[in-house]
Formats: sequence, C-alpha cells, structure tokens
Amino acid sequence: MTDAGDAQRLTELLRANADSLIDRWVGEVASLLRGRATRTELEADFREFFAALLPLVGNDGKDTGAPEFAEIRSLTEEYSRARVRAGFTPSETASSVFSLKREVFALTENENDPELFRQVMVFSGLLDALGLLTFEFYARARDEIIREQSEQLLELTTPVVKIWEGVLAVPLVGTLDSARTQVVMEKLLEALVETGSEHAIIDITGVFAVDTQVAQHLLKTVVAARLMGAECIVSGIRPQIAQTIVALGIEFGDIMTKASLADALRYALRRDGVDLVHREVR
Amino acid sequence: MPPRSDGPEQIPIDADDDVVRVRQLVRTYAQQTKLSLVDQTKLVTAASELARNTLIYGGGGFARVEEVSDGRRAGVRASFHDEGPGIPDLTLALADGWSSGSGLGLGLSGARRLVDQFDLDTEVGRGTVVTVTKWKR
Repeated sequence: MTDAGDAQRLTELLRANADSLIDRWVGEVASLLRGRATRTELEADFREFFAALLPLVGNDGKDTGAPEFAEIRSLTEEYSRARVRAGFTPSETASSVFSLKREVFALTENENDPELFRQVMVFSGLLDALGLLTFEFYARARDEIIREQSEQLLELTTPVVKIWEGVLAVPLVGTLDSARTQVVMEKLLEALVETGSEHAIIDITGVFAVDTQVAQHLLKTVVAARLMGAECIVSGIRPQIAQTIVALGIEFGDIMTKASLADALRYALRRDGVDLVHREVR
Repeated sequence: MPPRSDGPEQIPIDADDDVVRVRQLVRTYAQQTKLSLVDQTKLVTAASELARNTLIYGGGGFARVEEVSDGRRAGVRASFHDEGPGIPDLTLALADGWSSGSGLGLGLSGARRLVDQFDLDTEVGRGTVVTVTKWKR
C-alpha cells in the first residue's frame, strides 16, 4: 500500500493542469455520449469528481470501501444512478471514468521520469477500481428500477372495476402467484366493503393456465368474499382450461362459474332482480 | 422470449420465479411441436404442478425439456429432478386429495392425468425424478 505522499509529483502535475485536463476529459466523454449529455452538465460532475479524486492519488484503489473513499463513492454512485435513469449503457458510464486515464497518460507520456511512470500506473489502477464501481452502482440502480416496476405492475394488473350497481369485476391477466393473489384478494374485499356490492366477478380469460395453486387461491378468495356476504362468480373459463381443470380433478364445488364475463354479468343482474330486455325497434 | 432450440434445455428450479420460467419454456416447446391448444395447456399445467413440487417438496432442483419422437409422432418430454427426501409412500402420494403440505393434494395425481406418459423414479433420502411426455395427436 502506497500512501498519498509518494505520489506528490503526479498530484502536483494534475493540480497544475486541472483545467485543461478536465476540459479535454469533458470533450472526449461528450463526443463519446454523442450529445446525450451537455458539456455543462458533464463539466460540473467531472470537476466535483476530480476534486474528490486528487487526495486519493497514490492510492491503488484495492480497497474502495475504505473511509477515505466515502466521498468519491457517493459521487460515483450519484453519477451512475443518473446515467441509468437517462438510459446510458454500463459501458458508456464506465468509459466516463476510463477516459480520464487516457488524458492523464497523454499528459505524462513525454516526461522521462520512472518514478512518475510508477505513480501513473498506480493512479491507473485507482481509476480501474472506480470504473468497476460504476458498474456495481449501475447494476444496483437497475435492480432497484426493476423492483419498483414489478411492484407497480402488481398494482397495475389487478384493477377492481365496478361494472354495474352492486357488481364488481376483477379481470386477471398473466401469472397468478401468491403475491399477486394476495393483492387481488385484498383489493377485492376492500372494494366490496367500500361499494357495498353483493356480487364480484373474477374473470380469468387472461390467465394462461390454472393449476392447483391458482385454483386454491381462487377458492380462498371466493370463500373470503362469501364470509363478507358477497357472491363471487368466476368467469372466462376457456375450453382448454375447463378440460385441464377436470383432468386435474379440481372441484369448484358450489362456486358459480361462467364461460364469459357477459354471462356472469347477466347472471349477477338477474340475481339482483334486474332483467335485460330487447326493446322492439320500429 | 426463449429462442427455439433443438436439444434438451435445462433450467434450475430454486425459487418461485423459476416455476414460471419452466412453465414458459414448456409452453415454447409445446407450441414448437404444434400440440393442440388443449394439450399445450394440459402439459403446461402439469409442468407447473411438478415444478412446484420439485421446489416445495424436493427443496429445489432442475427441469429438463426436450422435443422427442417415437418414429410416428412428435412430442414434448419434461423431467423434474430433485435431491430431496424422496417419496416414502407412492400410493398415498398419487392418491387424490392427499398432501404432505398445505396444497389441494391434486398436483401429482392430477399431473399424471394431464399427460400421456408419466414416470416416477424416487428413492427415500436420494431424491425424485418425474418424467412426463405429451404426444402430438
């Protein structure tokens, strides 16, 4: 482990040439990102980054978790996060850091000083470590986005809609797992209370396969609704699903099922004493 | 979406999401082999049951899916492998409504009814392999 004192020559060189170095660094990254980030934005970010980097010159970056890295870590994290949101690739993000290396090489290549060369090598290692750090933060930020989105999706895909006075419908789409069924059940039961509805139609037209777990979830929801005084109708049972359910041996018991949502609605209305009649058109 | 492939494909079953992945893979193969919609749904449902068994009762494992042919017709074969506790009483395990867990007890017996061929190889303490095949009509 070398300490910062060893790299005085490089530190001085970097400090003396800071402005031109940052200018060229910004220029290179700006052309790399082809106008998707403005020079002004980049310059503000890079100046801050450069200032935090200077005290670390001489550190080989083997332990980026050390306390002296706190500031540069948070800057790197901020930068990576902003890049993820803006749709940059991880390579583009990491290249921002690696580009500085090229500029430092260019700055020092004409100096015939083995000691300086050694310091540049150590500095290069430091930038590599920081570049890798951007990858790490990038991946972490992306994981967060994915998690957020799947949570949003969970909410999105389970709307409870009122289709008639006293009749709610829940169209289910995709895969029913425990988490989603839980959300559906809660939303449905809450909506039953809020609207004072006595009928709920669970439509499974959009569910590709009904296995025993899905069936069990459906049965539980229906029983819970019944305990609250509401009647559930399961609709949208397509022919292939019906045959599969029979072969599996699942018993729906006295639960009302209908082939289509329209059938289910007509049934619910009739139970409520509403008759739909065709008006004779003259 | 999973690319079309000719050889057998193997995917791990270690989490709930993997069950969904197995289901999608089997579905891709079933569509590729042009099974009828009913047979596709039956096979996918059976795969879903068996993959979940592998996960819950077998403590995880892997699934293997492939296109097969017996010379006259094509089909899809899926096998589910775990190194779990095995099944001590097969007759009981294959009985409708019996479950050592909290399910409906129809998964294994139901899966058998959903496919054309059903092979179960189990040894207590060593694990279980269930192989199912659905032939194109």
